[in-house]
Amino acid sequence: MGLERAFADEPAFVPYLAAGDPNYEASLEYVEALARGGADVIELGLPFSEPIAEGKTIQNAIVRSLEAGMTPDRFFEFVEDLDVDVPLVCMTYYNLIYQYGEGEGPRPFVEKAAAVGIEGLVVPDLPAEEAGPLRTACDEFGLDLVFIVAPTTKGDRLERMLEQVSGYVYVQARLGVTGAREDVDDATEESLARLSDWDVPKAVGFGIKTGDHAERIVSAGADGVIVGSALVDIVAEGHENGDPVDEVADRLEAKARELKDGALRGASERPQPERT
Amino acid sequence: MSTDDAYDPKFGEYGGQYVPEALMPAIEELTDAYQRYVLENEDGFMDEFRERLADFGGRPTPLQYADQLSTRYDTDVYLKREDLLHGGAHKLNNALGQVLLAKYMGKERIIAETGAGQHGTATAMAAAHLDMPCEIYMGETDIARQRPNVFRMRINGSEVNPVTVGRGTLKEAISETMRDWATTVENTHYVIGSVVGPHPFPKMVRDFQAVISEEAREQAIEKTGGLPDSVLACAGGGSNTMGTFAHFVDDSDVDLYAVEAGGSSLRVDEEEGVAPNSATLSTGDEGVLHGARTKLLQDSDGQIMESHSVSAGLDYAGVGPELAHLVDEDRVIPVNVDDDAALEAFHRLSQDEGIIPALETAHAFGYLEEHHDEVGDTVVVNVSGRGDKDLETVIEETSKRDLDIAPDMSIFERVGGGGL
Repeated sequence: MGLERAFADEPAFVPYLAAGDPNYEASLEYVEALARGGADVIELGLPFSEPIAEGKTIQNAIVRSLEAGMTPDRFFEFVEDLDVDVPLVCMTYYNLIYQYGEGEGPRPFVEKAAAVGIEGLVVPDLPAEEAGPLRTACDEFGLDLVFIVAPTTKGDRLERMLEQVSGYVYVQARLGVTGAREDVDDATEESLARLSDWDVPKAVGFGIKTGDHAERIVSAGADGVIVGSALVDIVAEGHENGDPVDEVADRLEAKARELKDGALRGASERPQPERT
Repeated sequence: MSTDDAYDPKFGEYGGQYVPEALMPAIEELTDAYQRYVLENEDGFMDEFRERLADFGGRPTPLQYADQLSTRYDTDVYLKREDLLHGGAHKLNNALGQVLLAKYMGKERIIAETGAGQHGTATAMAAAHLDMPCEIYMGETDIARQRPNVFRMRINGSEVNPVTVGRGTLKEAISETMRDWATTVENTHYVIGSVVGPHPFPKMVRDFQAVISEEAREQAIEKTGGLPDSVLACAGGGSNTMGTFAHFVDDSDVDLYAVEAGGSSLRVDEEEGVAPNSATLSTGDEGVLHGARTKLLQDSDGQIMESHSVSAGLDYAGVGPELAHLVDEDRVIPVNVDDDAALEAFHRLSQDEGIIPALETAHAFGYLEEHHDEVGDTVVVNVSGRGDKDLETVIEETSKRDLDIAPDMSIFERVGGGGL
């Protein structure tokens, strides 16, 4: 049983932070604060120099982390140093996976990720068409490979993708890049409706900022909410103001709790279908 | 030129479609459009494209015998004059093709990235010509060093959006344009400026640019009675390179030289993540950037390096996947020329032939100067663009060096200041 287990009993809260933002030590505290705040899965960003799917907030986080010395090897140390009891997913771009270690292809990266306890991968610039070698390596080492379903993903494409996906599907709530928004998009409900026949957990991300958003998205049928930029904003603001790390960590924990509580409220508002 | 299948995304192991899922349906739609309109001439698309290239663009461009250089090198040097294409560079071939294609596809808005500003200006002209709204992303470093082109884009009615992340050059501009496209993909076409990016862009851009070698090959046969021994083109992303080579690739006796920017040095500063050159074909390693597997300037972790060249248009850490493949197949010879030699060649072509070349183009002539005894008896050099946009850079960079060939610009001191 892979990452599906995190969605089994109640809607999952899946936060994202860029590992090493704004530096290694503070980032460890921040990720642990998310776990205390109720995270069910944590997506850890391994920063890549050309993050084409990210909006300004996460681009800036990636710059801070890279400037503080983050590398793939440091990232794996980071995962080993983390003291959390929550499944961890690595979100990064394909070139870093492809270049890691000796030998061709993604296998050395996946082997190392599995060894340090990573349970899944999200690779925003790797559509199903190019994912074969990574899928094979993930199968070999028991990792889930999470695909992103966009509002534009329909018909045959959707079916091909869902045949390859494991763990959960990342439902992109709207077109565009990552970033916190003020409202919830209609595209979300349409995407969830297209996916309703598939029993893989559906986690919605892109633009979720508040507990109320999380509530609405779960009540619309999501099995989980993914929140990145709204949390990275807290890290960025704390860093710019020079706030103590423990205060920023407290704010992250409180925000995490707000989002998790929102998701739980959303679940109580919808008719409970029998889950398999 | 080989006719490729629109649905085969690879060149050997290079190419592919490494893009966010949100873009994949648009890329599939574009692949269908490429097959139907470009390869099959549906609705007379290619006829209209060629007619507009002739009437609006001024094609065909001449293949000119270069009297002074031929004497200097004791080699027949022919210049393919893409600098005479409307806009002053080869870029219009692609921009006009893609904007027209976007119209056939029913798209309502054009976006594009630009480095030197040549592709941006070409896209802005094509968009104005075909009445499409257009926004151009340009790095802030490039905006500063290519001001004349920023003026031209604005005057043609395009928006210019500065990109402030990173070093603010072409690499960042491409990333930012992809982000826009991921948001607006349903009504917008991304006019990519080179033979880079996800399939079908590398093939489609090559096909639009291939008119250069289609003409040059016929003109060479007409003027010399045969094929040239060598063809030279500068290479950044590689669109003029592939356009200049495409119809010669199957002529195995013709040597094809892709001249990259050697910058100030071929040595890489891994600690700082900086390559002081853009010699991707000569020194890069295989990796994945901006939608394609190709050769890249990257560190050992796979982070993309900041490239450098005195010429903004060559300043890119990647290169077209087909060029990477042709280099691996030993069909294209990758060579490079440093900033100093490119500047010297800029002045030489200006003084000896009366043609002020783009700094990008000057690299090809820098190679000819250094290796003219290796390129055979007849050589075709693509003059990919004219150099008006580079005058400020050239005067500034020339004044930092002690080039014997450089003109004396002290006239401004004698008249008490003023600028260009």
